[in-house]
Amino acid sequence: MSEKDKAVSNPSRRNFVKTGAALAGTAIVGGIVGNLIGGKQVVEKETEKVVEQSVQYTSAMMFFTDPNDLKVIEAAAERIYPETEEGPGAKALGVAYYIDHQLAGAWGNNVKEYHVGPFYETEAVPEQGYQTRMKRNEVFVSGIELLRNEAQSRYQKKFDELAKEEQIAILQDVEADKVKLHGTAPASYFFRLLKQATIEGVYADPMYGGNKDMQGWKMKKYPGANTSQYAKVVDQDKFVEIQPESLNKHMM
Amino acid sequence: MAKTLPKVDVVVVGVGWGGGIISSELTKAGLKVVGLEKGKPRTTADYFMSHDELRYSQRYESMADMANGRTVTFRHDMKKRALPYREWGSFLIGEGLGGSGMHWNGQTYRFLPEDFQLKSEIIKKYGEKKMPEGMQVEDWGITWDEIEPYFEKWEAMAGVSGEQDPHPAAVKRKKDYPNPPMKETPVTKMFKEAATKLGYHPYHMPSSNLSQQYTNPDGIARAACQYCAFCERFGCEFGAKADPVVTVIPVAQKTGNFELRTYSQVTRILHKDGKASGVLYVDLKTGEEFIQEADVVVVTTYVIENTRLLLLSKLGVPYDPTTGKGVVGRNYTYQVYLGNAYGFFDDKEFNLYAGAGALGAQIDDFNGLRFDHSDLNFLHGATIHITQLGDRPILNNHVPEGTPAWGEDFKKQSLKYANSTLVIKAQGASLPFRDNYLDLDPTYKDAVGDPLLRMTFNWKEQDRALSKFMGEKAAEIMKAMGANKVNQGGKNVKDYDIRNYQSTHMNGGTTMGNDPSMSVVNPWLQMWDAENVFVVGAGNFQHNSGYNPTATVAALAYRAAEGILKYREKGGSLV
Repeated sequence: MSEKDKAVSNPSRRNFVKTGAALAGTAIVGGIVGNLIGGKQVVEKETEKVVEQSVQYTSAMMFFTDPNDLKVIEAAAERIYPETEEGPGAKALGVAYYIDHQLAGAWGNNVKEYHVGPFYETEAVPEQGYQTRMKRNEVFVSGIELLRNEAQSRYQKKFDELAKEEQIAILQDVEADKVKLHGTAPASYFFRLLKQATIEGVYADPMYGGNKDMQGWKMKKYPGANTSQYAKVVDQDKFVEIQPESLNKHMM
Repeated sequence: MAKTLPKVDVVVVGVGWGGGIISSELTKAGLKVVGLEKGKPRTTADYFMSHDELRYSQRYESMADMANGRTVTFRHDMKKRALPYREWGSFLIGEGLGGSGMHWNGQTYRFLPEDFQLKSEIIKKYGEKKMPEGMQVEDWGITWDEIEPYFEKWEAMAGVSGEQDPHPAAVKRKKDYPNPPMKETPVTKMFKEAATKLGYHPYHMPSSNLSQQYTNPDGIARAACQYCAFCERFGCEFGAKADPVVTVIPVAQKTGNFELRTYSQVTRILHKDGKASGVLYVDLKTGEEFIQEADVVVVTTYVIENTRLLLLSKLGVPYDPTTGKGVVGRNYTYQVYLGNAYGFFDDKEFNLYAGAGALGAQIDDFNGLRFDHSDLNFLHGATIHITQLGDRPILNNHVPEGTPAWGEDFKKQSLKYANSTLVIKAQGASLPFRDNYLDLDPTYKDAVGDPLLRMTFNWKEQDRALSKFMGEKAAEIMKAMGANKVNQGGKNVKDYDIRNYQSTHMNGGTTMGNDPSMSVVNPWLQMWDAENVFVVGAGNFQHNSGYNPTATVAALAYRAAEGILKYREKGGSLV
C-alpha cells in the first residue's frame, strides 16, 4: 500500500468506528453504516461487533450522589416534557442525566456569572434578575428536597411514585411560589431553571447526554447540525424533511 | 509598578467593529497602531463547533466573562438600590477579537436623515410641546450629507446585500448595494404580499450575510451565505457574515503597522491638562501592568464600557440627573423591541430550520417621522419586520395564547407549530430621558477592584405607547398573512425586565453633538475635554432609531478615522 492509499483508506476506517459508536443503540444494520462510508464488505462485518458493545456511557451521575435525587428530577422533568403519542418524554431522552451533568459543570456552579456579594435577596425586584447567593446546583438540591417533602406531607409517598396529577399539582405550586424552598431563592426560580434545563436536555446536541438518538430533534423535524442542504431548500414552498446529524459528525 | 512601553501613533482600546475599522483605516494610511483587546484571539478556525445551540446560544460562549465583573448593576429609578446583572438576559455583550461584531446577526441599516437632527425635526413638525417632560432628544451635530459617504464605504467593505427601500419618503440611494438581496422565501413573500395589500411598502432586509461571493475594495474575498441559520450568538465558519475577524482586522494586520495584544484589559486612560499620554492596561495572563504611550487614544469598547472607562479615568464631566449637568453617562437609550405578533398556521409548514441572521422582509412606514404623530402619545417609531433566522429548537417553542407553559399540551402544541409559527417584530426607537443614565456603582466591583457601571433605566409612557401601537400593526399584517391564531405582544408593557433577552442595542453615554454641554465628543468623535482622545461606538448616539445600530456605528467610525488623520496633520480641535 502506498502512502497515498493509506491516507485515503485509514480515515475511512476511522470514520466507520466513530459512526458505528455514534449510531449504536439504534437498530443499525451493517448495510446502513456501510452505505454511509462507501459500503465495503469488511466494514459491514465490523459494524455488527460495534453494535453489540453499545453502552450509553453518559448515563451515570457526575453531580448527584444519591440515585434517588436523580429519580426526583427525572420524574419532574417528565412532567414538564412528558411522553406523548408524538414521541418520548424527558425520561426516555436522558434529560435527567443531562441535568446532572450540567449541574456538575460551569452552569451548575455559576462559574461564568457575577456571583459576588453583597446579596440583597429580599430587596430585589424580579426584573433585576437572580440575586440569590445560592449556586444553581444548590437551588436544585433545595428544589429536590422541596419536591420530596411536599410529596411526603401531601401524599406520604416519594415524589417519583406519585400519580401524574399529584406531581403536576406540586409543580404548579412550586412555579407559583405557593411553597418555599430552603434557602434564599424563590421556589419559582428553581422551577424556571428546571424547565429551562429540561427543554435544553430534550433539544441540545446529544453529546451533552440528553436528546437520546436525536429523538428530540426528530419530533420537531429539526436537522440538528446537518445544514448542508439549507441553501437549496430555504426558498422552497414545500416542507423538506432532512435527517438530523449531531456535531459528532463534524469530527469525522 | 507598571512598565512603560515605547510610544506609538495610536492605541485602540477594544478590537471589534469600531476598533477594527479605525485600525484598518489608520494602518493603511501608514500609522503605527496597537490594538488592545481584553478577550481572546479568534480566526474562522475557532468557529468549527458553531452549530451548537447550547454552548453558544444558551451558555453564551462568545460573551464577556461576567465572573470577572464584565457586567453592570441595574435599577429602575434613582431611589432604588442597583443590583448586579448576574447572568446574561436582556442584552449580551461580546468579548474577544471581533467583539459583538462576531456574534451579531448582520441586519444592516442606515439611520434616517431625521435621526441626525431629531430635536430640530420634531420641533419643526410638531412644536417643542410635543416632547414630554424629561425627554431630552438632541441633534447629533452631523447632517445626512456629511454621513452618507461613510455609509457607502461601510457597505462596500461589508458587502451588504440589499435593495432600495421603496417608501416614497426614503432617501434614494446614490449607488446600489454592493450585492443583491438575500433569497426570497415563502415567509418573506407572504409578508410582502400582506403588507402590500395593506398599503405599506415592504422590501428585503439589508444583510451583511452575503447573498453571493464577494470581494471587497480591500481585496477581502468571502463566500456566499449557506443559510445554515447559526448567526446570532455564533461565529460564521464560512466567513459569509461580515465580522471584523474576516474583514477589517486582517487588512490592518497585512499592512505590518498593526500590533494586536489580546488578553489586555485597559483600566485607565492616562491624561493631564486636556491631553492623553496613553493607557494603563493589565496583561490578564500574567497580571503585569503596562503603560502604552500614544499620540492618539481611541476608545472602542462596547458602548457602555466606553462610558465606564471615561468615568474610571476621570475624563469628561460625569452626568448628574438631578441638575441635568455633565455629559458622561447622559442619554443612555436602548431598543424598544416589545411590539410583535406570533402567527400560528394550522395547515402550512415552512423550512424554518434554515435561515440567516438578516434574512427577512420589512416595512419602514412607521419609522422616524415618516408618519403623523399628531394624535399619538409617542414620537419616532419602529421598523416592522419578519425574519427567518432559523428556528433553533431550544430557544423556539412557541405556542398559541392559552396553552400552558409546560406539560403535555405544551409539548403537543410546540411540536405542532415547530415549523408553522411565523414572527413579526417591531424594532422600536428608544428616546432619551433625563433619569435614564449611566454612572459608577458605589458597591459592586470587578476582578481588578474597579467599580461596575450602574444603569438606571426604565420604560416610559413613550415606550409603552410605541410598543402597543407597533404590536397592533404587526398583528394586522400577521392576520393578513392568513395566520389561524395570533399572539399580539406589546399590549401591556410594565417595567423594564433585565431577565429576558430583548436586544443588545445599547446606546448613549458618550454622545456626540455640537454643544459640549450635551455631548462628550464633537461630530468627529473627538472628545471636547481631551483633543487626542476619540470615543467610537453606539455610545455616540443621542438616541436609538428603529434600526440595528451597527452600520451607523461603522459610518461614524470611518468618519472618525478621517478625523484622526486630520488631527495628526493639524492638531487641536477639529471643529
